[in-house]
Amino acid sequence: MAISKRVVLHFPRHLVGQTITYRLVKDFDLEFNILKASVTPKEEGLLVLELSGEQEDYEKGVRYLAEVGVRVQPLSQNVIRDEVRCTHCGACITICPTGAFEVEPSTRWVNFLHAKCIACGLCIKACPPRAMEVRF
Amino acid sequence: MPKTIAEINERIRKGQAVVVTAEEVIDIAEKEGVEKAAQEIDVVTTGTFGPMCSSGAFLNLGHSKPRIKLGGGSVYLNDVPVYTGFAAADICIGATALPNNDPRNRIYPGEFNYGGGHVIEELVAGKDIRLIATAYGTDCYPRKKIETLINLKDINEAVLFNPRNAYQNYNVAANLSDRPIYTYMGVLKPNLGSANYCSAGQLSPLLNDPYYKTIGIGTRIFLGGGVGYVAWQGTQHNPGVLRGDNEVPRRPAGTLAVIGDLKQMKLEWLRGMSFLGYGCTIAVGIGVPIPILSEEILAYCSVRDADIFAPVVDYSEAYPQREPDILGEVSYAELKIGRIMVRGREVPTASLSSYPKAVEIAKTLKEWIKRGDFLLTEPVAPLPGAESGVTFKSLEERLI
Repeated sequence: MAISKRVVLHFPRHLVGQTITYRLVKDFDLEFNILKASVTPKEEGLLVLELSGEQEDYEKGVRYLAEVGVRVQPLSQNVIRDEVRCTHCGACITICPTGAFEVEPSTRWVNFLHAKCIACGLCIKACPPRAMEVRF
Repeated sequence: MPKTIAEINERIRKGQAVVVTAEEVIDIAEKEGVEKAAQEIDVVTTGTFGPMCSSGAFLNLGHSKPRIKLGGGSVYLNDVPVYTGFAAADICIGATALPNNDPRNRIYPGEFNYGGGHVIEELVAGKDIRLIATAYGTDCYPRKKIETLINLKDINEAVLFNPRNAYQNYNVAANLSDRPIYTYMGVLKPNLGSANYCSAGQLSPLLNDPYYKTIGIGTRIFLGGGVGYVAWQGTQHNPGVLRGDNEVPRRPAGTLAVIGDLKQMKLEWLRGMSFLGYGCTIAVGIGVPIPILSEEILAYCSVRDADIFAPVVDYSEAYPQREPDILGEVSYAELKIGRIMVRGREVPTASLSSYPKAVEIAKTLKEWIKRGDFLLTEPVAPLPGAESGVTFKSLEERLI
C-alpha cells in the first residue's frame, strides 16, 4: 500500500555532511518533497519532508534513518495552535500557502487542518494574537 | 406601536423582554414581516471584536511611602513607557506603546511581540506588572525612584477608554504592488493576492443603527466583558459619507468613544495584538443593545451582509499617499464567502475582526438583558448625525 507522510528530520552535527536523504531514494525507493530545510548555528540540520512510497519501504527507510542517528518526528506534532489565544479572526487564511486554515461557513470558526500544514511558519508572525507556534 | 426605553426596561425587569441578536432578527423580520417583528421584539443585541489602536487604560496606582510624583516623571510598565502628564498617581497606557528597546521596523518587517495592548491584557489576566518609575522630587513628593510590582486588584481605578472604536464600516485592504506589504490591515500579498476586511458586518453596532437613532452619549454597552458606556462620538466620526438606499454607509463613517471599568473586564474580550511590520494594538469586544422603538429601527436592525458594501482600497499606493481612489465596492456577503472580484481578478479574503467572538458578545448581552441584569439607558445626547456637518478632516501642512 502506497503511503505519504510529512516528517521532520533532525540531523546531528556529525551527519550534516553525509548523503542520507539520497539513500532513501536509492535503497528504499522513496520519493521525497522538501518542504523546509535549515541548518542551525550549531550546524545541526533540520529537514521537513513529505515522504511517499510503499508502506514497507517507508518503514524500512525510517528505520534506516533512526539507525544512522537521525531523529524522525511526524510534522503534525510540531505545529501548534494556542486555542485560548486564537480569536478566530481569519488573518491566517490568505497567508497560508497550502490552505491549512479554513472557515467553517456556519459558525465562521477557523479550523486548522494539520494534514495540510507544511510548517513553513508564515502564519506565525502574521497571526495578530500570536496563536500559532512551530516547535521543532 | 412606538415603544419607549422606559417601557422596554419595565419588561426587562419583569423578565418579559423579547431579546434577539442582530443575526437572529434577520430571519424573524423576513418570516414575520417588519411590522409584526417590531411589535414582538424589544431589543436587538449587536457585537464586534476587532483590533483598535485608539485604545488605552487610565490607572490610579495609589501613593507610595514616601510619596513619588509620577506626573511629569517617567514610568514603565513591563518596560513599556506610559503617559505621565497627569496628577501624581495617575498614568495612562496606550495600546500601541512599545518598549524603548523594541527594534520596531529597523529589522523589517518588525514583529512587535509586546506593547501596551499586551500590558493591558496581562493586567486583566490578573498578572503582576513590573513598574519602574523616576521623578524629579518635590517637597511634598520627595521620592525620586520606585521599582515595584503592581496588580489590577490592588490599584485604585483602572479605566479602559477607547477614543475610537466600533467603526461603522471600514475599508477592504488590497495590495497592487509587486511586494508583500505589512499594514494595520494585516499582511497583504502582492499583485492583488489577498484582501483583508475588518467589520462584523450585519452584527456590527453602528451598521444596525445607521443614523444613530438609539445609540448616543450615555448608552450602556458591553465593553470587554464588563459594563461600559458610550462617552462621546469617537474620533474620526464621519457621518456624512456616501450611503446606500438602506441608509447604511458605504465608506468608513461613524465611530464611538467608549469607557468602562477595566476591573470588570475579562481576558477573552481583550487581547493584545501584534501586526507584523506595523505595530502593537489591542482587540476589544463591544456589544451594543438597540431598543426597538419603531418599525424603522427594526428595519435597520434586519440589515444583512449582502446589503452592506465596503470600498476596496489599495494600501500600497492610494492609502499611504491619501489618494481618494477605490478599486471597487464589495458586499460583506462576498467578503465572507472568501473571494471577491477586483479588477476582473478573483482575490482571496481574510477577516481581522472575529465574527465568532462578535456572535458570542451579542449572545452574552442578550442573556444579560433577558436575565434582568442589564437595563437600557436613554442617551443623554445624540451623536452628530449625517446632517451635523461633522466631518473627517485631513492634516494639511502649513509653513511654520
